[in-house]
Amino acid sequence: MSQRTATRALLSGNEAIARGAWEAGVTVATGYPGTPSTEILEAARAYKKDIYCEWSPNEKVALEVAAGASLAGARVIVTMKHVGLNVAADPLMTLSYIGTVGGLVICVADDPGMHSSQNEQDTRHYARFAKIPILEPSDSQEAMDFLALALELSETHSTPVILRSTTRVSHSSGAVRLGERRAASAGAGFQKNPQRFVPIPLNARPMRVRVEERTAALAEAANNSPANRIEWADRGLGIIAEGIAYQYVKELVPDASVLKIGWVWPFPDELLREFAAGVRRLIVVEELDDILEEHVRSLGIPCEGRKPGPWGARAAVPGIGELSPDRLSEVFGKRPQAHSPATSVNGKDLPARPPVLCPACPHRGMFFALGKFDVVVTGDIGCYALGVFPPLKRIDTILCMGAGVSMAHGMQVAERTRNIDEGKPRKVVGMVGDSTFFHSGITGLLDISYNKGAAVIIVVDNRTTAMTGHQEHPGTGRTLMGEQTISASVEDFGRACGMKNIATVDPYDLKTTTETLQQALDSNEPWLIVSRSPCPLYTKKSVGPARQVNQELCKKCKLCLRLGCPAIEYVDDEIKVNEMLCGGCALCEKVCKDGAFDIAQGACSE
Amino acid sequence: MSETTSIVLVGVGGQGILLATQITARAAIVNGHDVKTNEVHGMAQRGGSVVAQVRYGEHVYSPLVPEGTAQVLASLERIEALRFASYLAPDGLAVVSSQAIIPVTVSSGQAGYPADAEDRLRAAFKRLAYIDAIGAAERLCDSRIANVILLGALSTALSLPPECWAEAIAQCVKPAYREINVRAFKEGKKMVGSARPSTA
Repeated sequence: MSQRTATRALLSGNEAIARGAWEAGVTVATGYPGTPSTEILEAARAYKKDIYCEWSPNEKVALEVAAGASLAGARVIVTMKHVGLNVAADPLMTLSYIGTVGGLVICVADDPGMHSSQNEQDTRHYARFAKIPILEPSDSQEAMDFLALALELSETHSTPVILRSTTRVSHSSGAVRLGERRAASAGAGFQKNPQRFVPIPLNARPMRVRVEERTAALAEAANNSPANRIEWADRGLGIIAEGIAYQYVKELVPDASVLKIGWVWPFPDELLREFAAGVRRLIVVEELDDILEEHVRSLGIPCEGRKPGPWGARAAVPGIGELSPDRLSEVFGKRPQAHSPATSVNGKDLPARPPVLCPACPHRGMFFALGKFDVVVTGDIGCYALGVFPPLKRIDTILCMGAGVSMAHGMQVAERTRNIDEGKPRKVVGMVGDSTFFHSGITGLLDISYNKGAAVIIVVDNRTTAMTGHQEHPGTGRTLMGEQTISASVEDFGRACGMKNIATVDPYDLKTTTETLQQALDSNEPWLIVSRSPCPLYTKKSVGPARQVNQELCKKCKLCLRLGCPAIEYVDDEIKVNEMLCGGCALCEKVCKDGAFDIAQGACSE
Repeated sequence: MSETTSIVLVGVGGQGILLATQITARAAIVNGHDVKTNEVHGMAQRGGSVVAQVRYGEHVYSPLVPEGTAQVLASLERIEALRFASYLAPDGLAVVSSQAIIPVTVSSGQAGYPADAEDRLRAAFKRLAYIDAIGAAERLCDSRIANVILLGALSTALSLPPECWAEAIAQCVKPAYREINVRAFKEGKKMVGSARPSTA
């Protein structure tokens, strides 16, 4: 390998953040999994000799753990997806007042375009809301460099700092120059100082003033930061570009002058004014909300972006969804590239291929059993959200982590008080996964029990945080560091909450599962049903031997197709099992009334 | 943007598109290029359509490939190639595995799986290598290696030297599987022989 390639590595944005943390002497890393942020902490674990890493039960706990570590002098990162910051917003707001001792960086990954999220909120608002700086890298190299810069800022100005990534930065890989680890120093540990660390009103009021003084100092520093820079070129067109949008702009209009913004708030006003004065036409290109554009306008600087400028018509920068070179080409008066003859391809009628529950997924058994009852199902965040798709169609609402439990209670209370003349009150079932239950389902369950609710709560416990790629959680018996630990019991939490009716079922056992649901729905008391079987993708084992269809017995009633199993294929009026995909859960065999499914010849269960 | 080479890899979650992406990107790095990739994780792993992209050159800005600019579109499933056809440049090479994976939307009766996929592919792509990657993989004893067969096939449209690919494979797979992967790569390369343009 040549010298040139020896120190370059191909790292995703998330891996680069973890590498940056290691090189910058971080000793503590916490977080809760959430796409697209999850791999930061998974990559940090590779440095577990030097960095203590933990999956916390939720983002609020993760940030509080990080705050404690920072006050004790450690350099620390905490990771989460954009909606996770809502959960951590409470500690965030006051940590801003208290400030940090060891550098503390909150790595938040936004998801423009909602590739795997329920909304596309823009984390930059939180920076201004909490009055703390926010840095935004545009590729893997910057992800690593900005992490170090954020830690420096945090320590120099005694403030938590947000490092905002997006799906496209987190999940893109690029060449990164690797360096050595800076020696970690936790200083002298926690130094008692109530005026600084105890925000009772008496102390909080002067803290509030210091926050404003800090913001003024940060605004000054933002003008001179390497994260913000002007690249002078053709002065006819100047573009202020932030985050990943910078890369798209450089690709589309390489000759334009660019003000690259990597440190968004506090806004670098002097730099914005200098750049605006040096160009004839000014466009602001930012993903999601028009935070920068509105600020530029507030400085009295004419610009265009989401809204038109004074220079005549031009396509607006899209404010909804993810940006791309294709979506921005019109903004710069460019036609999309010459399209291939493939655009004439007959692709209109291609069947959609949405993500689905995997073959042999234990959730499928519970969804199928639920299909026998006329109930409302309040769902939650996790793989089981995929139960919304046909043919299962057994999820009726989703709001946020934990809401599957609490919303079920609210809906059940409302159904109970509804005018009986307008129809029989419907039973309400809340569904939540194991990791989500530990994250924020427990308090909802306590509410149901305490306030005499009657919802049926199902914890679909597959023994892992499956949707984000199989992370440990308090119920798995293992830590992120790879150590054995306690395995928190959902049933024990139910009992502690005062639940009297608690049942545990194997979701592949359709008969017992259905009977248990019937019993719970017939009662007027709250129930906790734990539907437990491990995720086969996690255990890497088939549930049983692969199945096949005996065509002579199959009457094509299509009942098995209602399972929505990707391994059961229906083509040319024949139902077949794709043995390569089949995980041997045998649900098909159990729902078939004609005994048409049996063990595939030559199949062996691992 | 002629100096940036773009590759689009598509398939179905679980087929190994991400490993193929990693190998391609590393081969470009080993050859001294600047590289960017993009992948979608999370939901897409659950049997959904997966698209990944690799770009390399002197300096690469956007990780996203603009439509109509990819030198290669490689697909591990026949209709996924049609779904993402618009990425391919007019003179680009489409490498398509003939495998059909029936989506649940078809099995549940919401949609049909086109019976004329091969005809459509031949009509859509001037340069098409329509290969039986699964059959070739099975002959090498493991159907999971179809992704590397596809890589061998797509490598014929790129200027990365064979030793870069070998080094990239070594970086990405466990030592015990290196030999079989290298064989699969060579096998894929052979399969495109006839579809290779004389101008390459």
